[in-house]
Amino acid sequence: MATARFWRENPSRYNLKAIRCGNCGKVFFPPRAVCSVCHRKSIGKMECMNLKGEGEVYSFTVVHEAPSQLEMLKPYVVVMVKMDEGVMLTSQLLDTDPQEVKIGMRVRTTLRRIGEDGAGGVIYYGYKFAPIKA
Amino acid sequence: MEVGIVSYGAYVPRYRITPQEIGRVWGSDGEAMSKGLMIYSKSVPAPDEDVITISTEAARNMMKRVPEVDPKDIGALYVGSESHPYAVKPSGTIVAEAIGCSPNMTVADYEFACKAGTAAIQTCMGMVGSGMIKYGVAIGADTSQGAPGDPLEYSASSGGASFLIGAKDVIAVINHTSSFTTDTPDFWRREGQEYPSHGGRFTGEPAYFKHITSAAKLVLKNMNSKPTDYQYAVFHQPNGKFPQRVAKMLGFTDKQIEVGLLTPHIGNTYSGAVPLGLSAVLDVAQPGERIFVVAYGSGAGADGFDITITDKISRFNRPAAPLVSYYIQEKKVIDYATYAKFRGKIRIKEEVA
Amino acid sequence: MREVAVIGIGGTKFGELWDTSFRDLGMQAGLAAVADAKLAAEDIDALYVGNMSAGRFIEQEHVAALIADYSGLARDHIPATRIEAAGASGGLAFRQGYLAVASGMHDIVVVGGAEKMTDVGDVLATEIQSSAADQQWEVVFGATLAALFAMIARRHMHEFGTTREQIAQVAVKNHKHGALNPNAQFQREIDLSTVLKAPWVAEPLGVFDCAPLSDGAAAVVLCSMDRARSYTTKPVRIIASTQASDTLALHSRTSITSFPATQVAAQKAFRLARKTPDQVQVAEVHDNFTIAEILAIEDLGFFPKGQGGKATMDGETTLGGKVVVNPSGGLKARGFPFGATGVAQVVELVQQLRGEAGKRQVPDASLGLAQNTGGTGATVVVSLLEVA
Repeated sequence: MATARFWRENPSRYNLKAIRCGNCGKVFFPPRAVCSVCHRKSIGKMECMNLKGEGEVYSFTVVHEAPSQLEMLKPYVVVMVKMDEGVMLTSQLLDTDPQEVKIGMRVRTTLRRIGEDGAGGVIYYGYKFAPIKA
Repeated sequence: MEVGIVSYGAYVPRYRITPQEIGRVWGSDGEAMSKGLMIYSKSVPAPDEDVITISTEAARNMMKRVPEVDPKDIGALYVGSESHPYAVKPSGTIVAEAIGCSPNMTVADYEFACKAGTAAIQTCMGMVGSGMIKYGVAIGADTSQGAPGDPLEYSASSGGASFLIGAKDVIAVINHTSSFTTDTPDFWRREGQEYPSHGGRFTGEPAYFKHITSAAKLVLKNMNSKPTDYQYAVFHQPNGKFPQRVAKMLGFTDKQIEVGLLTPHIGNTYSGAVPLGLSAVLDVAQPGERIFVVAYGSGAGADGFDITITDKISRFNRPAAPLVSYYIQEKKVIDYATYAKFRGKIRIKEEVA
Repeated sequence: MREVAVIGIGGTKFGELWDTSFRDLGMQAGLAAVADAKLAAEDIDALYVGNMSAGRFIEQEHVAALIADYSGLARDHIPATRIEAAGASGGLAFRQGYLAVASGMHDIVVVGGAEKMTDVGDVLATEIQSSAADQQWEVVFGATLAALFAMIARRHMHEFGTTREQIAQVAVKNHKHGALNPNAQFQREIDLSTVLKAPWVAEPLGVFDCAPLSDGAAAVVLCSMDRARSYTTKPVRIIASTQASDTLALHSRTSITSFPATQVAAQKAFRLARKTPDQVQVAEVHDNFTIAEILAIEDLGFFPKGQGGKATMDGETTLGGKVVVNPSGGLKARGFPFGATGVAQVVELVQQLRGEAGKRQVPDASLGLAQNTGGTGATVVVSLLEVA
């Protein structure tokens, strides 16, 4: 049972809680204590923020051999998305025909079930991506 | 204090299955069922969707339309459903965190068949009206299931809507609410049972029709109004036909119920049905227009509302989130096998390490 | 810092070794290496073991002690250390052994790598493999390790015009090499259309673009260069062993079409050894997925960035080409027991540099390079070996 390990990340998994270095402006997701560019100069200057949830597809794949938890969804699309704040996230892309996925397409986050600790265990929720319709 | 709807948001999953397809598998005349129920397709949630994700999307849509509202000013959030993902652990706490209004607020989950969402609206009205809270969120959402092969399978569907109840910058004033509640066992599910049971034709006259008409008459009497005073009427809609019949019984026309009647396209979204129907009306309603709403929940009870649109709706940012019509049109039709797989009706092997 | 040589090598066949347990694997490879160096057990000063995940594969941690015990080395209570960096565990263990001898702390060291992967089902084995990536922010969202490399491939195709055929050719070439290696898991040649028509794993990578699940172990014996010739007539000198790290998650990089850790480790290794990439005749690189070899041959400096696919298709990385890459068959054909691979790469190079590689001998091999990767390039170790 990994309850606490998932619960602890909810602010980032539900609301995209990130952190910005007050020294150089670089955004990190998930939040980290120190800027990896500025090191000591960033201590005490890290500012919490939530990502807006929009970005564009940087790369993608269609997964056919799925881990046991994702058997129901295969084949599913996995994307790396460059968020508007500069930081990149990895998750699934919903509601899109695999043939229609394009590098550069605009997407937004939405809350979905990302796993569970078995049929009797806690359900985990987190972000997945959906296309932004024009 | 004028208490009412400050904002609203909706969400319906995009997958659809038709009565013809369901009938094909069970050896029934799906075409006849479709005509008899006046349902052309019903919505099906993806395996990674549930009442919590539907409620969150609807509530986020609601918040997008009022960026000036600070989520931390929300004092209460209630999710009404008969398909909460957990039997014990509230859906509402996850939704509250996901819209950023926790932790200094109260949450509870509601259950009353298809009227759990409107019960939540009534609670929020009381809490706002008494000055206890500034804003309350009332959500009605469901991922209801009917037993395979049962008539309910043709209609039980998924979707939900969320309402921000407050007293400031209200786009729709809730002038009045009245309810009619009795112990009537027309539809139920015992703990541990996979699917609900129903009383067949008992669910009609002594249940749906009696409670809706009684609550409706209470509203009309208390407001000293008549059906022609309203531009829109939204009734609970377990199929496409019942609302037409009850409208006629009460003196409302097909035209009045047209905008808020969604079941023919997306099926019966249970606790989401009246909230979605009301959302569809709010998508098009103009200042000064009046809406008559009666929700029904088996068990049984009906909640009636008298609502007037204010001129604040002209400045309301509806386009910030998708309209109900967008969700109705955004659809992907699936076959019965896919539907059974999505809805967990196929026995899966227990994982072996 | 004194010079270090490889004086003995050994290894098991790689494959689905149903009759062989983890402890047997480690012991077999170790004993073979010690015998090759003509040593006695009491000559050995320390043991380094590369292993990724015995805890999850066979529910056994503390495996360096286990292998020391079963190879008889615990009798003399020598220090036994386990090193882990996902697929680079073996390469890192090699570098730690090298540092121990170079520093003067130990005189004769055995470095082994072992993994027993077939005692669990395929699905669990693949999940364990994925734990090399970022569990919390990549894997939990559905990105398997194959999915991550597939996205690298997609981006390489997008940025450089690399084709699926060029990527697939890596598997064809490595199977051709594997067919010449009696210890390889797969000793059967395959053609390009087999690779292209294989079932998808994560598009654009199919089953034949991915290294298999394997059991196996490999070991080498290291000693200081000044004593090496008392043990072997063909010592192989380690002229550099460097290591670099990078962000764990692929999405934390600025580009995903190269592995900076490979570039940094390689540049440092060539500088230390006073050599250049075009002086290398033979290389063993980490082709856990076909696209990984294309990135490696670019990042190591053998071919310009973006040209790895073309070079492979043009035969530049097989016998007769500019630099023979993965003559052993690579991870794809030779097999990929996670912890053993980094050490097995060195074993192959030593055989090549000694002139003992049989049908897959690279003519006049005098300088060899091994490149071993963990995850999507968060750890890379590069070693340069030459005929002493």
